[in-house]
Amino acid sequence: MFPLHRLKMEKNYRLANAIQCAHISGMTDENLPELTPLDPAFITTSRITSALGLLPFVIGAGVLEFAQLLPPGTFLVPVLLAYAFVVFTVPARKYRYWGYDMGTDRLRIVRGYMFYSDTIVPFGRIQHIDVDQGPIDRRYGLAKLTVHTAGNHNSTVALPGLAHADALAMREAIRAAIRQDML
Amino acid sequence: MNEISDAPTELTGQDGERLHISGLFVGFVSGLPQLLFPLLAAVFGARKADNPALIPIMIVAVLALSLFFRWLGWRRFRYHVGADDIRVEKGILNRTARSIPYDRIQDVSIEQKPLSRMMGLSEVKFETGGGHGDDATLRFVTLEEANRLRALIRARKAGEVLAQDVPQMAAPEDTETIFAMDDKRVFILGLYSFSLVIFAGLGAIAQQFDFLLPFDWWDLKRWAGFAKESGVSVNSINGVGITGHLILAFGAFTSLIFIGFATGVVRTYLREYGFRLTKTAKGFRRRRGLFTLTDVVMPTHRVQAAVVQTGPIRKRRGWYSLKFVSLAQDSKDESNYVAAPLATLDELWRISQAAGIGAPDGDERLRKGAALHWIVQWFLLVPPLPIAVGALVIFADAPLAPTLLLLLLLGIAAFLFWCDWRRYRFGLDDQQLYLRRGWWRERFTLAPQVKVQSIEIAQGPLARRYGLASLKFGIAGGTLEMVALPLSTAQAIRAAVMEKVAAVDYSAINQPR
Repeated sequence: MFPLHRLKMEKNYRLANAIQCAHISGMTDENLPELTPLDPAFITTSRITSALGLLPFVIGAGVLEFAQLLPPGTFLVPVLLAYAFVVFTVPARKYRYWGYDMGTDRLRIVRGYMFYSDTIVPFGRIQHIDVDQGPIDRRYGLAKLTVHTAGNHNSTVALPGLAHADALAMREAIRAAIRQDML
Repeated sequence: MNEISDAPTELTGQDGERLHISGLFVGFVSGLPQLLFPLLAAVFGARKADNPALIPIMIVAVLALSLFFRWLGWRRFRYHVGADDIRVEKGILNRTARSIPYDRIQDVSIEQKPLSRMMGLSEVKFETGGGHGDDATLRFVTLEEANRLRALIRARKAGEVLAQDVPQMAAPEDTETIFAMDDKRVFILGLYSFSLVIFAGLGAIAQQFDFLLPFDWWDLKRWAGFAKESGVSVNSINGVGITGHLILAFGAFTSLIFIGFATGVVRTYLREYGFRLTKTAKGFRRRRGLFTLTDVVMPTHRVQAAVVQTGPIRKRRGWYSLKFVSLAQDSKDESNYVAAPLATLDELWRISQAAGIGAPDGDERLRKGAALHWIVQWFLLVPPLPIAVGALVIFADAPLAPTLLLLLLLGIAAFLFWCDWRRYRFGLDDQQLYLRRGWWRERFTLAPQVKVQSIEIAQGPLARRYGLASLKFGIAGGTLEMVALPLSTAQAIRAAVMEKVAAVDYSAINQPR
């Protein structure tokens, strides 16, 4: 059910996406600066993450298949197709729609292919900053930067898929900006 | 970017300080209750094996495993007191490196529970204004270290923290009463607080304690028998005729209404009696209550937004309520500070002006949302209803004509959407953001732009096709979401607000002046 549904959707959204891309590349009246893409290794890590995370469904389908309740292939084939789609195609697309921009006084994070979201957090509103590294991230030298604000909405804003060194550098830059604001 | 990261401030996981090792023991002992379940599971698992010696082995294994992981966690935990921030690195598999700039630390709390006190340890908590309280905690360090950290941070903040918290504790001096409610006002508010909650309460009590009652509460036959004993029978009720029925129904209805109003009035009297809001040097002070008198201070600099609310009848009579949204950390149960439960607009704007939030200068600044947003939502409702009607007719053999009445729901939905669209307004001026929504219970939010924490432009898959977006503002202790804006408007508003926001630092706006 999943892949077919998604593919149909994709056709519908191609036009909208084209418009969106125009926005992402800064062709708006706001003349926002160009967005920085994430580290390409993010595709690999999110592939691994979803491959591992969705494995139980494949196993479940395998078990149901083994039980031979329905004609062969009823469970396994659609589940495998969906699995392949989510694991191989989705991460690459997700990657294309992520982007960020480190300004002098604000951090802008853009994401979302179905549900587009474009968040700006001024450095002056950041409470504290996390740099997280999971085991998979560590293998590929990636890290996730999370900034915490005092707001109820967007109390944490996360930016995954950064090169670890970049994440640390961004943290330093934000911290320095906060410090400077106070002086 | 890479060059900067080689700065000497970077923790490599080797420098920085560890927590006190005895904390391991304290954490282990206080974490024992959590181990109860795994222990029971282990014991039950071992019981099947017909070997009694296995049980203690399993218990020891579980305890040892827990201790091992605590030790591992302890080993991987480092904190580092830097030149301008506190850094905490933790995590066994998932590594987290957190940086808390000194300027963001509101206060440092030191907590000593009995066990840790015996060991001379304490828990240090760095409180920032973070929305979800997951700030940094050091469990555990020695008391001297805790005091050193606190002194250090207070010194860095140059006494700001102390200055901020002391006036709240000391009895504030009143300068003037800016709003008070007399008995009549409280009574009117009580009438608007019509509530039938007492029946829910009675029902719950009856259900909870039905074992105490001499009979089954829900047994209707028993009730009928009970009535018969007192000389009332079904026949005698039937005998009173249609007028009698009407009188009975009317009586029941009136008493219901009366109870509803009475509940509202009594509850309101208990809570709001003697309501008095005074302006102090630092902010507001509110006293109210009949038996439990509450006295709450709200420093002006903590006010993040004002919310003006009214109901359908209240509005016709010119009554509104005013609440202040404050920093979420301020108090857990009441992040909204009721400044005036029932006031006229004149009184209300006077209060909000005292908090630095001005009234909108007329409706002309407020704009309507794009009707398309509501129309699209309504169209989403269209397909399911005919399908439901079809399903009912075909599968449940429902007669067609009455089932078609279901389609009326579409009309009702359209009416509701229309009402919502008609009352919805958003807007901004040089200082503030405005949002009004709700045609039945109206809610008007006013937020100073400098208090905005983050701004997000969001578009769902449908909204994107129509070029509409919503604008979500992060506000400490509250939310403000403008919907149905053209994308370009949303971007323009964000750019304008962001200029104001980025120019002022968070600490600067949330410190007393």
